[in-house]
Amino acid sequence: MKAHTSQPPKPNVLVTGAAGALTQQVIERLRNTCNLVAVDARKRVELGDDIPSYCIDFNKRTFEDLFRRYKFDSVIHLGRIRSSQLSRMRRYNANVLGTQKLLDLSQKYGVRRVVVLSTYHVYGAMAYNPALINESAPLKSAGLSADLIDSVELESLASIYLWRYPELNISVLRPCNIVGPSVRNTMGRLLASPLAPVMAGFSPMMQFIHIDDMADAIVLASQKPTRGIFNVAPSDWVAYQRALDLCGCTRIPIPSIPPVLPRLILRTMGLKRFPAYLMDFFKYPVVIDGRAFEKEFGFTPKRSLKEIFRFYRDNKTSL
Amino acid sequence: MSLLSFVKSLLISSELDEQINRIRKPIGTLGYDPWGYNNEAVKFGFSLVKPIYEKYFRTEAHGVDHIPAEGPVLIIGNHSGQLPIDGILVGYALASRKKNPRIPRAMIERFFPTVPWLGNLLNEVGAVLGDPVNCARMLANNEAIIVFPEGVRGSGKLYRDRYKLQRFGSGFMHLAMKYNAAVVPVGVVGCEETIPAIANIKPLAKTLGVPYAPLALPIVLPAKVHLNFGPPMYFEGGDLSDAEIDKRVEKVKTQINRLIEKGLTERKRLF
Repeated sequence: MKAHTSQPPKPNVLVTGAAGALTQQVIERLRNTCNLVAVDARKRVELGDDIPSYCIDFNKRTFEDLFRRYKFDSVIHLGRIRSSQLSRMRRYNANVLGTQKLLDLSQKYGVRRVVVLSTYHVYGAMAYNPALINESAPLKSAGLSADLIDSVELESLASIYLWRYPELNISVLRPCNIVGPSVRNTMGRLLASPLAPVMAGFSPMMQFIHIDDMADAIVLASQKPTRGIFNVAPSDWVAYQRALDLCGCTRIPIPSIPPVLPRLILRTMGLKRFPAYLMDFFKYPVVIDGRAFEKEFGFTPKRSLKEIFRFYRDNKTSL
Repeated sequence: MSLLSFVKSLLISSELDEQINRIRKPIGTLGYDPWGYNNEAVKFGFSLVKPIYEKYFRTEAHGVDHIPAEGPVLIIGNHSGQLPIDGILVGYALASRKKNPRIPRAMIERFFPTVPWLGNLLNEVGAVLGDPVNCARMLANNEAIIVFPEGVRGSGKLYRDRYKLQRFGSGFMHLAMKYNAAVVPVGVVGCEETIPAIANIKPLAKTLGVPYAPLALPIVLPAKVHLNFGPPMYFEGGDLSDAEIDKRVEKVKTQINRLIEKGLTERKRLF
């Protein structure tokens, strides 16, 4: 007689931000072990027959139907609208109010694990930043730029729910610059382009994490219900202008003092890959300490800086 | 051969290259540490400072071997001379010592990171924004750190106040106790005479956003510099009141005063 082995049921997982390159990597890693449902506020993404995919505004009533129908065990919230996208108002609605709705529904329908993707930008770039900023450092960026307010508010909202509803097991991840193939954020575009602006005389220390490593980090976080806020960054550092060199970018210096001058120039140019509100991140370092996450979740990044930069150098498209 | 490697071959001898490579630093795969320290930049800095240290200021360093070969160290000295020349010379003395050289870090004024080019350059050769969090993290990394607890009160003082120690901050003592760091006092004699200032033009300093604007000759005078390092001092940790901490700071101050006196007596002439 054959021994009957009962496999534990696959968990039901909601993944937001399905259109993003990082989310698709996470979906690839989880599709065999979880029953995934993907949503995105921007567009519907085709993910094959086994993964239901929806284009839904979190603030609409139909969003609750998903929770009712699929009985999610965990939620991976990667659908933060980046500061370079949409208007400030729409971003606030999507990032802050949308996330609140998501957390409310998670609480109502008994979700037991929530992972929220934030960004290291919340720390804010200042000349007086110490290096190796840890998770308890103050979030200064809201006071420095109105364009980053929604990112900070998203975090404070997540923190409030973290303490008010411990059963949700919320983790907030604050990664450094996520880069690599098909990443279309500010830093990804900069490293991929043949010409890259720099602030004359400033080359702050930066950290980069490969999209594959970041996807691994999110998967690890989704599998262990440790509550808390975690920086995600490898223990390796490089000066911004040196990184551009290694990626084969030609540097275009922008006059950096007095500070009104570069702000005026950048606002006039309106470059998506070098927006005025991120200007200080190209002047002053925001070096974060990712060791707490590595220790808690047993995470080790596999892709080195050299490998990341080699990819950008080898795939440089001419003007 | 690229221009950079050509300049490097002219400036940096293979022994120096090897010597700096031998000094282990907690750096990443591209030669940087979290504060911006860069091994290659240090080699350039080292070869540029060498003639300044040996020929221009004819620096004499005594007791540099008092600095422990490893573990966290705070090198505490008197600050003087408008520009941070004293920090550079103390750093070079330790980096160039025969036995167990170390590349120290220096805590610098908060205004430097806002200055284009200079801020990055200082970071690359090991200087770090003078923030207690930075100092703590570096002590945890077993670094030797140069600190001038007088800060701008010391470097910006006028010639008439030379060799009078100004008020010391007590931050270094808290950190030394917390991280079990050795405190090595150093008396710097000679730097006061490099840029003697007779007045501080405060309105100008305010307009420029700098800590002080000295009224002085626009040159750095080649005064002979004496560095006297004292034996390391260790302070047990514990929950101490501010008054007790101040007493310990005074102990360090007394040692520095003694080392300054020693330097002043050793000195035969100013230049």
